[in-house]
Amino acid sequence: MDEALLLARWQFGLNIAFHILFPTITIGLAWLLVVFRVRYERTRDPAWLRTYKLWVKVFALSFAMGVVSGITMSFQFGTNWPGYMNKVGNVAGPLLAYEVLTAFFLEATFLGVMLFGMNRVSGRVHVASAIIVASGTTLSAFWILALNSWMQTPTGHVMEQGVLIAGSWLQVIFNPSFPFRLAHMLLASGITACFVVAGLSAWRLLRAPEDPSAQKTLRFATHVAAVLVPVQIVVGDFHGLNTLEHQPAKIAAVEALWKTQSGAPLTLFAIINEEKKRNEYAVEVPKALSIILKHDPDGLVLGLNHFGKDHPPVAPVFWSFRIMVGMGILMLVLAWYGTWKLRRAAAPSRLLLWCFAGFTFSGWIATLAGWMVTEIGRQPWLVTGILRTADAVGKASGAEIGASLTAYVLTYAALLISYMVVLTHLAGKGAQ
Amino acid sequence: MIDLPIVFTVLMGVAILAYVVLDGYDLGVGMLLPAADRDEQNRMVASIGPFWDANETWLVLGIGLLLVAFPVAHGEILGALYLPVAAMLVGLMLRGVAFELRIKAEGWHKELWNWLFWAGSTLASLSQGFMLGRYITGFEPGMGYWLFALIVAGGLCGGYVLLGATWLVLRTDGPLQAKAIAWGRWGLLWVALGVAMVSLVTPFASETVREKWFDFPRTLGLMVLPGATAAIWFWVWHCLGRSDWKPFAGAVAIYVLAFIGLAYSLFPYVVMDRLTIWDAAAHPSALVFMLVGTSIVLPFIVGYTIYAYRVFHGKVRGDYYE
Repeated sequence: MDEALLLARWQFGLNIAFHILFPTITIGLAWLLVVFRVRYERTRDPAWLRTYKLWVKVFALSFAMGVVSGITMSFQFGTNWPGYMNKVGNVAGPLLAYEVLTAFFLEATFLGVMLFGMNRVSGRVHVASAIIVASGTTLSAFWILALNSWMQTPTGHVMEQGVLIAGSWLQVIFNPSFPFRLAHMLLASGITACFVVAGLSAWRLLRAPEDPSAQKTLRFATHVAAVLVPVQIVVGDFHGLNTLEHQPAKIAAVEALWKTQSGAPLTLFAIINEEKKRNEYAVEVPKALSIILKHDPDGLVLGLNHFGKDHPPVAPVFWSFRIMVGMGILMLVLAWYGTWKLRRAAAPSRLLLWCFAGFTFSGWIATLAGWMVTEIGRQPWLVTGILRTADAVGKASGAEIGASLTAYVLTYAALLISYMVVLTHLAGKGAQ
Repeated sequence: MIDLPIVFTVLMGVAILAYVVLDGYDLGVGMLLPAADRDEQNRMVASIGPFWDANETWLVLGIGLLLVAFPVAHGEILGALYLPVAAMLVGLMLRGVAFELRIKAEGWHKELWNWLFWAGSTLASLSQGFMLGRYITGFEPGMGYWLFALIVAGGLCGGYVLLGATWLVLRTDGPLQAKAIAWGRWGLLWVALGVAMVSLVTPFASETVREKWFDFPRTLGLMVLPGATAAIWFWVWHCLGRSDWKPFAGAVAIYVLAFIGLAYSLFPYVVMDRLTIWDAAAHPSALVFMLVGTSIVLPFIVGYTIYAYRVFHGKVRGDYYE
C-alpha cells in the first residue's frame, strides 16, 4: 500500500472517528432534552427548567463540534477520495445532499430558537423547536446510514458507461443492511447520551449530593439505559446475522476463522498471525460459532480462505468487535445494577457514583469500536464489490496529506480535551 | 426538456452567494472582535449567536450541490485546493467551537478563546479568498498567479469586514454602533481597493475573462455592473451614520453585483478553461431526484430562516443564554 493511500485513509479515518463522537451524543441527547423540556412545561417544576438549561448547553457544544467536523468531512470526500465521487457520485451525492436539505438547515435554524429564544417565543413553539431539532438529528442519521449501508450492501443501482446510476432510489435507500444499521446506530446514540447524562450527573452528586436536578437526571438516564442496552444487544445480533448473509468475509474476520469448516469453534481470544494466516494461543469454544451463526452444531461456516485476497485485515476487526461487545456487557451490568440500587436507596453510594462517572464516555468506546468493525470489515472495498478503496484515492501528495493531517491531529486533540474539560466543568457546577 | 446543468448552476450559485453573504457577516464580526472592549465583544458574538450554524450550512449545501451536480469538478477543484481547504476548515473549526467555549470559559481561558475566535474567522476568510483567486485563474501554477490569489484573499476579507460592520450597525446601538460605523468606512475603503485591484488584474491573469469583458460594443453594456457597484458604494458611505439598515442592504447589494460579474466571467466553465458545466454534469437520474427534493424543501428552508430572523430581530442586549 503506498504512502499517500495510507495517509489518506488515516486522515479520513481520524476525521470520521472524531466526527462520529458528537452526533452519537446529540442524536440521543436531543430526545432527552425534549423530555426535560416537556416535563417542565407540564410540571412547572423549576428543577426541570434548570436541568433543561444545563443540558442544552452540553447539546450546543456537542452540536458545534459535530458541525465543524462534519463540514470537514464533506470536503474530504473530494480532497481525499475523488474516485469515489467519479464512480458512484450519482448515487452517493444525492443522499448526502438530501441530508443537508432536509436535516441540517432544520437543526441549525431551530437550535438557535432552542438556545436563545426561550423568552422570545411561546412555550409551545419552544417545545416544538426542541422536537424539530431532535427530528432533524434523527433524519440526518437516516440519510447518512442509508448511504453507509448502501456502500456496505449496494442494491438498486445500474452501470452505465462505467459509472453507477440509481435504478431505483427506494432500493438504494432501503438496501438490505440499512434497517439493522440504522436501528443499531440510533440505539447506540441513545445509550451513549444516557451514559453521558448519568456520568456527569453522578460527577455533580459526588460534589453536591442534594442537587435535585442531578438526582432526577441520574435516575432518568439510568432507567432509559437499562431498557435500551438489552434491546441493543438483540438488534446487534440481528445486524450480525444480516452481515453474515451479505458480507460473509467481514464475519470471517470478526471471528478470525481462517478456513471454511463445519462445526466451527468460537474463538474468544487469540493472537492473530496475519502472515501465517492462523491464530496463536487461541481460547476456543468447540462448535460454538456454528451454533451461533447457523443454529446447528455442525453448520458450515465460510472462512477467510474462501475470499482469496479480498478479505479485510483480521486483527483490527477481531479486536474491535471484542471491545464493542465487552463494553456493551459492562454497560448492561452497570445500567441494571444502577437501576436496582437507585430504586431501593434514596441516596446512591459514592462507589456507584464513581462507577457512573467513570463510564461517562463508555458509549464512545463501544460506538467507535463498532464503526471500526463495520468500516475496516468492508475493506478492501470502498463500495462492496464495486469500488476498491485504492482506486478512489486522490492525487494529493504524501507531503500535502501529511501536513494537513498534522494540523488536523493537533486541532482535534486540542478540541477534544477542551470539550471534555468544559463538560466536566459545566457538570461540576450543576444546573443553575 | 429543461437544461438541468443550467438549473443546478443557478442553484449552486444561489447557495454559494447565500453562504458568502450570511457567513460573511459573521466572519466579519469575528475579525472585528479585537477592536472592541469586553462588553462589546459579548454583544457582537450575541448578535450572530442564533444564526452562525445555519449560515455555515449554506457552505455545506453549496459544496453538496457541486458534488451532486458536477461530481467530476468536485474532485478536480477540491484536489487542486487541498491545502487552502484544510486551512479554511481548521479556521471554521476554531471559530465554531470558540463560540461555545468562550462563553463557558473564565479568566485567561476566555481571552484565549476570544483570540482563537478572531484567528479562526480570519484564517477561514483568507483561505476562502485565496481559493477564489486560485479558482478564477483555473489553478494555473506560477508566482504571479499565487500573488493574484493573495490579493483576492485580502479583498474578500475587506468585504467580510464591511458586511460584519454594517451588520453591527443594524443590530447594535450606542457606542458600539458608533464604532461599527467607523469600521464600516474602513471596510468600504478596503473593498474599493480590493475590487479595483481584482478588476484590473483579472483580465491580465485570464485571457478568457479579458475576451469576455473587452469585446466592443458589448463592453459598454457590461459597464452597468461596475457603474452600479460604484453608485452603491457612495450610497453606503452616505448612509453610514444616517440609517441602521441601509448600509447592510448596500453591502449585500455590492456582493450580489460582484457575484454576477464573477459568474459572467466564468460561465460556462465550472473549472476555468477546462470543464464546462455540461462536461462535468452528473447523470440525469441523479439530477432529477435532487431537483424534486430541492424544489420541495428549499422554500421551507427560506421560510423558516426568515422566521428565525424575525424571532431575533431588534437590537442585541448583553445576555447570551436567556
